Order: sequence, then structure tokens, then C-alpha cells
Amino acid sequence: MKIVAICGAGIGTSGILKVNAERVLLRLGIKATVVACDLDSLAAEAENAQVILTSPEFVDAIGKTSADVIVVQNYFDTAELTEKLEKSLG
Amino acid sequence: MTLPPLPDDGVELGATVADWRAAVQLAGARLADTGAAAPQYADEMIRMIEEHGPYVVIAPGLALAHARPGSDVFADGLSVITLATPVNFGHPHNDPVAVVIGLAAGYATHLSVVAALANVFNDSDAAAELAAASSADEVRGILGAPDGYPSSPLDAA
Repeated sequence: MKIVAICGAGIGTSGILKVNAERVLLRLGIKATVVACDLDSLAAEAENAQVILTSPEFVDAIGKTSADVIVVQNYFDTAELTEKLEKSLG
Repeated sequence: MTLPPLPDDGVELGATVADWRAAVQLAGARLADTGAAAPQYADEMIRMIEEHGPYVVIAPGLALAHARPGSDVFADGLSVITLATPVNFGHPHNDPVAVVIGLAAGYATHLSVVAALANVFNDSDAAAELAAASSADEVRGILGAPDGYPSSPLDAA
């Protein structure tokens, strides 16, 4: 399974999403690859992705996708991330 | 996983700013003072927000200002700005912002830096503690960042 975390720069905020998603997935016992990228490389990265993790600002820019788009409010709240990933993947 | 060194030059506490742009500008100025980035990196950080919106406000009261790795980034580094009066970035959930962390990092190294940041901020009161910090030593203690100037060589990318 593939999960893509996106932000404007492809580093920093998306990196935090990647790191925290990996921690949550490990705890949930779900095997997945999490990739951090910027909007420019999203089309290529998201092609075979099951989930896209991002903040509210990028939802419109993501556009049409077959992936489940999860909007994260607090990047450091792993309870929020756990709940949303569990709901999407469980 | 530890954070890059954070010298006194990278910390400004209780700053008074007119708006989010001034807050991010300050985060960039202190990053430049540490030697981690060129002064114009601040403009890039502001441009990212103008282009994409206030997505850098990643938790209540906390903004992680950053731009892409590039020729204006010299080393992995941080700056920490706390605001006397929090400012709005226009974020739907996490305004107002009291703490701005400036981040400069290379492509190969940014994940270890943000992983260390996640260790500090995940499910904790670290942002509120930073907002109330009264010295650079206290800030370093909360972050677990060593004193000193950033010097990590960046990848060529």
C-alpha cells in the first residue's frame, strides 16, 4: 500500500506527516510506504496511492483522484492521525 | 535523532509583529543570523505561504515556516520566534499563532530534522511551553537542541 503526504515544498510539513503516519501505521500493524512530495510531483506519486495526507489548503489543488484524501488539522496529534488512518484503511 | 544546534542568534522571544509576514520575516532573519540560510530565504518562506496558503500552521498556535532546499540554504538549521501578541495566518483551525519555527534543510536531511521535531511536539505541550519560554536556554531545553551554530554539510541535491 502506498500513502502520499503532500505540502507546498515537499519538505518540512509533508515530512512531519510522513514521519507521524509511519509511526501510526507501525502501531496499527499496517504495512505501507509513505512518500512525502510537493504538489508538482503529486500526479506521478499519487497514481498508485491509496491515501493522500494533506492540510485543508491543498484539497482543491489535489483535484480528481482515486485515492482517499485525508485532511489533517494538527500534524502533531497522533490520535487524530490514528483515527483518520484507521477509518480510511480499516 | 537530534535537532540541529540552535544558537542564541536563532531565538527571538516576545517579538512584536504587525502580521504573519513580519513574523515569518523575523524567523528568516534569525535563520540567516545562525548561518543556516541566506537572508533572501525569508522571502521564499513568505512566497510559499502566499502561493499555497497558511498550511505551515501545522498545529494550534504553531507555524513551521520553511521553503524548498536550494542555493540559499547553507546548513540544516532552526530559528524560534515567540510573539508577544499572537497573529493570524488565516488558517481554518490553528490560528492564532504564538510560535514560529523557521526551518532550513536539505533534501537528504530534512526527514531526520522533522522526525526530531515530531519527537518534541507529538501529543505534548511543547508549543505552549515554547510560547511561555523566557530564555534561549529554556527554548533549547524544551526542544532538546544543542547550543552552537549549524554546520551540517548538505547533500548536493
